[in-house]
Amino acid sequence: MTRERKIASGRRPFNGLWPVLRKEAIHIRRDPMALFFTVLIPVIQLFLLGYAINTNVRNVKTVVFDEARTQESRRLLERFANSGDFHLIAFVGSDEAMNSEIVAGRARVGIKIPPDYSRRLLAGDTAQFLVLVDGSDSMVAGETSNVANALALDESLERLLVASNGRASLPVEVRRKILFNPDSRSPNFFIPGLIVVLLQMMTTLLTAFAIVRERERGTIEQLYMTPVRPLGLMVGKMVPYAVVGFTELCVVLAIMRWIFAVPINGSLLLLLLLTTPFILTMLGVGLLISTRANSQQEAIQMAFGTLMPSIFLSGYIFPIDSMPQIFQWISRLIPATYLIEITRGIILRGAGFRDLWVQAAVLTAMSIVLILVSAVRFRSQVA
Amino acid sequence: MPVISTDQLTIRYGDFTAVDRITLQVEEGEIFGFLGPNGSGKTTIIKALCGLLKPFSGKGTVLGFDCVSEAAQIRERVGYMSQNFSLYADLTANENLEFYAGVYGLHGQYLRQRIREVIELTQLEPYLGRRAGKLSGGWKQRLALACAFIHEPELMFLDEPTAGIDPVARRALWDLLFQLSGRGVTFFVTTHYMDEAERCGRVGYIYLSHLIAFGTPDELKELPDVSPAGTLRIEVSTPRTAAALAFLKARPYVHSATIYGQHINLLVDDASTEHLVAELEEQGFRETEIRPIAPSLEDVFVTLTEKAGNSKS
Repeated sequence: MTRERKIASGRRPFNGLWPVLRKEAIHIRRDPMALFFTVLIPVIQLFLLGYAINTNVRNVKTVVFDEARTQESRRLLERFANSGDFHLIAFVGSDEAMNSEIVAGRARVGIKIPPDYSRRLLAGDTAQFLVLVDGSDSMVAGETSNVANALALDESLERLLVASNGRASLPVEVRRKILFNPDSRSPNFFIPGLIVVLLQMMTTLLTAFAIVRERERGTIEQLYMTPVRPLGLMVGKMVPYAVVGFTELCVVLAIMRWIFAVPINGSLLLLLLLTTPFILTMLGVGLLISTRANSQQEAIQMAFGTLMPSIFLSGYIFPIDSMPQIFQWISRLIPATYLIEITRGIILRGAGFRDLWVQAAVLTAMSIVLILVSAVRFRSQVA
Repeated sequence: MPVISTDQLTIRYGDFTAVDRITLQVEEGEIFGFLGPNGSGKTTIIKALCGLLKPFSGKGTVLGFDCVSEAAQIRERVGYMSQNFSLYADLTANENLEFYAGVYGLHGQYLRQRIREVIELTQLEPYLGRRAGKLSGGWKQRLALACAFIHEPELMFLDEPTAGIDPVARRALWDLLFQLSGRGVTFFVTTHYMDEAERCGRVGYIYLSHLIAFGTPDELKELPDVSPAGTLRIEVSTPRTAAALAFLKARPYVHSATIYGQHINLLVDDASTEHLVAELEEQGFRETEIRPIAPSLEDVFVTLTEKAGNSKS
């Protein structure tokens, strides 16, 4: 070869970044259906879950066995009905009938008022009544027993007050005000978390597929033989999918804002900005999966493996503070935990950068570590 | 200085020795044919020479660079065409070329010039806008060759480049290899086809991880193991070859027998030929003719494989 070598050195760490990036963008453009579905599926899930999830316990089906059948017992039952939490669906005539309604799942709560209820009440003794709660749904069980207690207390106090001084109003009353989500709307609470979970699922799979596909088709063998460097390949593959992930984020936020009417109280710009390190982190997780998985099937399984802890330990469903200590530590290792704090902070509480910079910094650090780790793993596969 | 040189190169996957103490040299500008059954270690050697696999022991150099410590330099200077079609099916021919040009760090004027050169070389011009996945087998291979040659490598590794393409395309691809070889490019080609092996300047035959033959096709045909003393290769022409084959295989003086069209090729004790004709006539195989022949490369490899197999067991 007489001609002087004009090719650039393959020893620069990001060698191959641009060609890989351009190629990946062409792949995305050439397969609009795949792109459409990756964007569409999270949207469909947002609609399904957004409408289905309602944590407010209302209209719990309640069966009544009223053995007293007095003015006082009717007044008590009215209280339950008027609370809105209980929906009295049936009156039965025996303990067995009440039990079987609950066992069969037709009612979640049973109220039994004994025959001596009014007599004891009027005699100044403690009148008892029984509330049976179906514990198979802990959220319903907790809420209904609290409400039942409150109703009984209310009834007792009113009776005491009327008996003692004829006054019918309570001396102390709580006026509670729920900040940031005054109507306790479930979408406001759930959708900012749901967005994180959906975004995680999509971005992880996108990048995992991007390399696994090359492995399945054998093109990766050819790439190994070129001077492409692991970081060039990784970052080149990530950038186009980061753009797709970002687009997805905007679509999902628009649906949240305009269809589920969840207002964004903080800065939209800040929200987009702080989501970026999360997207990069998740793309990094996808890359890490892709260095392990040999087929798209395997990649899907691994992606779901990372999704489960992100759903249950990130505070998306269960509050982190009520988890056992060890799970609280684990939740601190899950990127979704930080983004959920960010999305809820900005969307619901109108938090600013000064409130959320720690979360942003953790996510940024995670993204860098993950990309480096997958590059190292990738290199060890190559050589 | 040889372009490729290995010294007792050994590669292991765990307990399995994929390549066992292989020593070979490939000279500049030659087409070296590397043959062996599937799984015998052909691709493994290529990977090791490009620095993708670490040798367990021994060493190798490519273009004067060490395969372990200077793999990056090697990868910049060699072209590789893998066993399966491994271009991006959803990219056009031109986009594939541009991608590989970019990956090899070509840019600007030089990039455009090189793309023009490989297009001219492979005559891909009419297919540039077509998706690579939609090209016929022969054109896919030409495109793959163009991509592997985009950065003007001095050495090309072609891993079964003609598997599954039609004879015309196969011939055309070989013509191309000779053309490039004439310009000083060295080729390391693995193949299953004996006629391709015959075209190579030198061939190596790997069997059960060992290099059991290495040399020019003519040298290999003269190996004593291939035609042992006291034996003779002959060709028998007879009207009913299949029936005759069964009969011949049962003769004690016949060492091997195989059919080529209207002929049967035999390896026999050299004193037995007259006896053989007489026996065939006796069995009703009329108009039988025999003539001595030289062994083919296939004969060489079959004989050597059997011998290697016997010495193992």
